[in-house]
Amino acid sequence: MDNHYSIYICGVGGQGIIKTSTIIGEAAMNQGLDVVMSEIHGMSQRGGSVSTELKIGGYNSSIIPKQAADMLLSFEPIETIRGLDKVNSQTKIVYNTHPIIPSSTNKPYPSVDSITKTLKENYKHVLPIEGTKLAIEAGSVLALNMVLLGAVTADDKFPLTKESVIDAMKNNLKPKFHEMNLKAIESGYKSIKG
Amino acid sequence: MNLKELVTGVSGDKQFLLGNEAAVRGVIEAGVSIAATYPGTPSSEIGNILSVLAKDANIYFEFSTNEKVAMEVAATAAASGLRSFTFMKHVGLNASADSFMTTAYSGVNGGMVILSADDPSLFSSQNEQDTRNYAKLANMPILEPSNCQEVKDMVKYAFDLSEQFKIPVIVRTTTRVSHMRGIVEFGDVADNSSNNEDHWKRGHFNKDPSKYVPVPQFAGDMHIRLWDKIHKINELTNQSEFNREVELADNKKYGIISSSSAYNYAHDVCKFNNLDFNILKLGFSYPFPNEKVAEFLKDLDEVFIVEEVDPIIERDTLAVIGKEKLDVTVHGKLDGTFPLYHEFNSDIVADGLNKILNFQENTEIKYSPSLEKLQEDIPSRAPVLCAGCPHRAMYYGINIAIEEMGLKPADVVFASDIGCYTLGINPPYNAADYLLSMGSSVGDGCGFSVSTDQKVASFIGDSTFFHSGVSPLINAVHNKHNFVLTVLDNRITAMTGGQPNPGIPIDGMGDEAPEVSIRKLALACGCDYVRVINPFNLDQVVKTYKEAFERDDTAVIISKAPCTLIKGLTKKPPVQLVEKNCNNCDKCVSELACPAISKVNGKITIDQSQCDGCNVCIQVCKYGALEAGR
Repeated sequence: MDNHYSIYICGVGGQGIIKTSTIIGEAAMNQGLDVVMSEIHGMSQRGGSVSTELKIGGYNSSIIPKQAADMLLSFEPIETIRGLDKVNSQTKIVYNTHPIIPSSTNKPYPSVDSITKTLKENYKHVLPIEGTKLAIEAGSVLALNMVLLGAVTADDKFPLTKESVIDAMKNNLKPKFHEMNLKAIESGYKSIKG
Repeated sequence: MNLKELVTGVSGDKQFLLGNEAAVRGVIEAGVSIAATYPGTPSSEIGNILSVLAKDANIYFEFSTNEKVAMEVAATAAASGLRSFTFMKHVGLNASADSFMTTAYSGVNGGMVILSADDPSLFSSQNEQDTRNYAKLANMPILEPSNCQEVKDMVKYAFDLSEQFKIPVIVRTTTRVSHMRGIVEFGDVADNSSNNEDHWKRGHFNKDPSKYVPVPQFAGDMHIRLWDKIHKINELTNQSEFNREVELADNKKYGIISSSSAYNYAHDVCKFNNLDFNILKLGFSYPFPNEKVAEFLKDLDEVFIVEEVDPIIERDTLAVIGKEKLDVTVHGKLDGTFPLYHEFNSDIVADGLNKILNFQENTEIKYSPSLEKLQEDIPSRAPVLCAGCPHRAMYYGINIAIEEMGLKPADVVFASDIGCYTLGINPPYNAADYLLSMGSSVGDGCGFSVSTDQKVASFIGDSTFFHSGVSPLINAVHNKHNFVLTVLDNRITAMTGGQPNPGIPIDGMGDEAPEVSIRKLALACGCDYVRVINPFNLDQVVKTYKEAFERDDTAVIISKAPCTLIKGLTKKPPVQLVEKNCNNCDKCVSELACPAISKVNGKITIDQSQCDGCNVCIQVCKYGALEAGR
């Protein structure tokens, strides 16, 4: 089943998750692939967890079954843990290591190192990246989603070209941010490709 | 994509659209002239987009005060020969139901489409009701798109259908259809241009009381005409391309009947597990396509009914089997194959099919104990009131007032309402004890005040007050009910994404509009005690609540401060910590619970990017450890 690729994208409201997913979807469409995506609006926008699901290639349902994601792309460390239902032993787990500590909770935030260690004990492809740091280096913390977008394009199995993703980015975001976004996409790409 | 392309796009264009964006394109292609709504998720984006595009698309668009008014605006437009569109969330259809039911009797001239967005799994709703029941109740045809292309196509088709049979048509989506994105190919746009200065064209209402005034003398005949229409439309549902067999193979033993988002899961489970049976996909499901279903069933031994929420297709299928004396076993919700509640997904559908077919292998994966512990231990991230939210200040203030009056939390019942402020249910505020529907806090205040000796504090937002808070307030005054009603006037319909409401001087098309005063409304309802306060002045909040609770009538407190998410507000500088004064009492963290304040490594930390400078925390701190930013 060539060109079948499912990405589960998760993080916190306000991190640009829906925009990132839409860009990937539009790029897939422009490359002539079938694509469906699911997103949740409403209550999740008040600082809650946010996730989208993106399925490229011949699916009707926009929801990824359990353990069926090719990539888990997480904007925040503990949100990675919440997304693990979608993950199998071959899934690429890419996540930003910068935590956003939830307010009004009685549980302490686990250390990011322990998260990485535990993930590596259980999964083959665990790819933490310093996304927030790379975004700031590219020009703004708001470019985090572009860093992670770049990281997706670095996966060998990802069926879209970096160029088509960049074209879709340009079609969806303001020209004055293009230069910064390109820098961020490039640094995310390199953080996976090395 | 630029939203304007929904108007300027031409036949053959392809766009990656949200289901709600696809609905807007369908409306534009159909040449609609009048559209009205009250915002409600998962349908909200339709209104947000129409609000921006209406003038370019020659559409009159309004955010009505509630769904019933929106229904009436659409119904009269359609009676006047125009194409009209109203849309709402599933529970919004309840609010509109009185007029909705009659529109089936009176019918239409121009096409009228009612889009109702169901919310299985209650992502942002108080129940999981199934709009398909309303199609049966009102005797109105219903279309059920499964994906974004179908949303566009079915909305457009619904207008033709409505006009052909002179009856309003329902389009039912679910959250997963409204908030799905997919590729949509555009069709032709019908001409709805006008030479009017204000864009939309005008119809003409031709008087005919026998058609439009359902007094007993006429309504009986209207009911007969309605059944005539439904019988004719039933012939159509038995032929319609929207009710079609999806042939995945030629298994004569098993088959599936499915609709809406559930169809997507049924399709994918069959396709990716090589289950070789056919699916009858119902996209035009009322009047029930009984002949088509009978034809599909006649060679089968067993059929699975895959539908979300209520077992509607299932019961209708059982009726067909009974009537046609077919020998087919039905697996669905009623025999426990599939759940009776919550949304489906491919896993749930596969599990259900597997109960009968045993095709799945058990693929349990073992994880390390450390991972299981980590999954249990991660902190939750529930939605919270934003930093700088005026509601927080009011909830904090009322709890202080209650404490200072010597009352216990159990002595005061909080009747809440529908909006961001329902989040007051969470600790430390605990400010939501009872809730029924939009505007219910006011009627609930009436009931609790005569049923108990407890104090009652009702909370309602500005938009919700306009929606259905005014008539129960009149009831409260006239029937001498004793409670405190707080109107949390944050100058916007915040929860659904920031739509205007009658309390602000702008309308749904972005034009200037008269502002309706909540204070004057409360006074006109006959309330003697009406106070407009600044929620960020804590002393004033506490003092006003104490005063209001001492009264024995309906007291109204209006908290007036804009939602922090409104664009273009000037932000105040963030609060600063004066470390040497901090006594580590944690009051700012535990009692105010502002997301901008947290304790990191034993030290109070103010997130400078989140803090809105509302300065309520400064008033909470007794030690002078927090000061206003400069």
